[in-house]
Amino acid sequence: MMEKHYYTSLTRNMTLIVIVVSFTPLILIAGLIGYYFETSYREKVMQHLHELVEKHQQLINSFLDEKLSYIKVLADSYTYDELTDESFLQNKLVILQNAYSGVFVDLGVVNSAGVQISYAGSLKLLNADYSKAEWFREAIKRDYYLTDVFLGIRRTPHFIISVKKRRGDTEWLLRATIDFVAFNSLVEQIHIGETGSAFIVNSAGELQTRPATELAPNITSLLSRTSWARMGAAESAKPVASSIEEVKTSSSGSNAASGIIKSQNRNIIYILMPLKSGEWTLVYQQDQADAFSEINRARVIALAIFTFGCLAIVLVALFISQKVVGHIQKADLEKEMMNEQVIEAGKLASIGELAAGIAHEINNPVAIMVEEAGWMGDLLEEEELQESENVDEFRRSLKQISLQGVRCKEITHKLLSFARKTDPVHHQVQVNDTIEEILSICKERSKFSNIRVQTELDQYLPLISASPTELQQVFMNLINNAIDAIGSGGGLLEIRSRVDGDKVVVDIADTGYGISKNVMARIFDPFFTTKPVGKGTGLGLSICYGIIKKLGGNLTVDSSVGLGTTFHVNIPIHAETS
Amino acid sequence: MPPGDPINPEQDQSKVTKLLLVDDEEGYVSVLAKRLSKRNFQVKTALSGSEAIRILRNESFDLAVLDLKMEDMDGIEVLKIFKVMEPQMPVIILTGHGSETAAREGMEYGAFDYLVKPCDLSELVVRIRQACAKGV
Repeated sequence: MMEKHYYTSLTRNMTLIVIVVSFTPLILIAGLIGYYFETSYREKVMQHLHELVEKHQQLINSFLDEKLSYIKVLADSYTYDELTDESFLQNKLVILQNAYSGVFVDLGVVNSAGVQISYAGSLKLLNADYSKAEWFREAIKRDYYLTDVFLGIRRTPHFIISVKKRRGDTEWLLRATIDFVAFNSLVEQIHIGETGSAFIVNSAGELQTRPATELAPNITSLLSRTSWARMGAAESAKPVASSIEEVKTSSSGSNAASGIIKSQNRNIIYILMPLKSGEWTLVYQQDQADAFSEINRARVIALAIFTFGCLAIVLVALFISQKVVGHIQKADLEKEMMNEQVIEAGKLASIGELAAGIAHEINNPVAIMVEEAGWMGDLLEEEELQESENVDEFRRSLKQISLQGVRCKEITHKLLSFARKTDPVHHQVQVNDTIEEILSICKERSKFSNIRVQTELDQYLPLISASPTELQQVFMNLINNAIDAIGSGGGLLEIRSRVDGDKVVVDIADTGYGISKNVMARIFDPFFTTKPVGKGTGLGLSICYGIIKKLGGNLTVDSSVGLGTTFHVNIPIHAETS
Repeated sequence: MPPGDPINPEQDQSKVTKLLLVDDEEGYVSVLAKRLSKRNFQVKTALSGSEAIRILRNESFDLAVLDLKMEDMDGIEVLKIFKVMEPQMPVIILTGHGSETAAREGMEYGAFDYLVKPCDLSELVVRIRQACAKGV
């Protein structure tokens, strides 16, 4: 029997192997694929955002360019004189306003001194002096100019487009005011996810549009990282308190900068793109968690599955290992028992052979002894010893020798029956007849012991296929045992035969001294006997058991000490080849 | 005295049955010969198959009693030879217990009858008389 330790470690090893083999691919897949997927997804998301922002960048740029070109066309198409005609200008304004509602606020011509000499619009800005204005100073320097957004007289934000024209030695500007609201909505439209929004700043970091969500802290300091806004940003930027981590800089030709700001409790993605040839910057920001919400959700799900999966694997591994090892343990036990049985059987076989050898050998000396005794008896008949007193004693003694010789013969006979391997021939036998035969043989004995014999034999008992002599042996043995058990005090011996299903059943019941529990367990063992030395060999019941078993039947016994014993013989009617 | 086994000198003097006993167990065959002689048989003994065959070449017998299990020759072989040499001579074979197959084999090869050793002398005498009566 293997120690408990062996099975425990076997269970443990099995569990570990299953776990390792199951976990490894799981972890590898989860890890590798998870990593690749996540990386790729992030890239895709960023790419997508880039494209979105780029699209809007282009939209905004084209809006601005478009408006600029209208003014350019206007300035190129008409002469100074025409444009300085107020009603003409007004007409042109109306056309523009009809075509693009809410965009053009007013039109004006400003001379090189900064005076607006022609004006079309709702405000009273004719002859306004812009010579001191920042925008004028810039505008007069360039062929065209777009200003930053600023609050005007009415405190509404707008910006100015101006186009410069030459007229002889002097220059004049044709300018238009663009309403902020319409423009702002373009940028406001950029709304992605929960927290994604965009706004425009100039190179000094001043807002040009109204952001929809709260600005990320210090996001404008990022301008210093862009190639187009570096200068302006450097002047006004505050030192960056939180860490800023650049993820990548796109190189799609439009020039962009993107990265992730890590602030206390949230990471923010930013994308910066130049507008208005770099004077403005389109800033897009979104919470990282928001942008990558899909993947975060996927990750959570995967983690949950992974955890439960691992838990399930561990539990199942443990359970199965224990079950399997339990089976192994049982099988090992059975194997050991069977080994023992095999050894026992081997021993019995050897004993059998030994016994057979002895039996054969004993026959010869016994035969001689018996014959010699007989010879002495023969001689005794002749001799004049007839008158001697001892003659009777001689005769009795010689008879005894013969008797004992016969007994030896019977003993070896039984021994050799037990050891025999060959199958005797089967005939169709009527069990009732066999029983009656034996009873008649034992009649003397039973009468002598005052035993009443009662039979209840089923007259329709079917024939069975068996060896007649073997059956005789069985019933002889059982009936003799019953007679011995009852003893000389008298009692009852009952024999019943009947059919039970597909079997012939014979019950042999006696009112003898019964069999105790510990004897009962060994009663069919060869060489086991409760009879005193010299009276029994202990082979009878084991032989009977063997014979009945060979026929495919069974031999069982019930007993109560002091009350009696019943042996049940059952033999199948249709013998299966066993 | 068991019946059928009279030590009876009143036998038919003209016909004394001649027996050949073949058995390699000397103790057995000698006492058996003595007892049979007492019962008015003329007995010759052989302690081996080859000795029996030698004797049979020179003499004839009314019956042979042959032990099947002998050391020098297989009893069945001896039986076959007997049947070739003296087909009319009945043979009674003696077998050890458990050798029913040998006994049956012997019967097939022409033995008159078989007895299991150790055998009852009166039984043997009865068989011998049966065999000789048949022969006559």
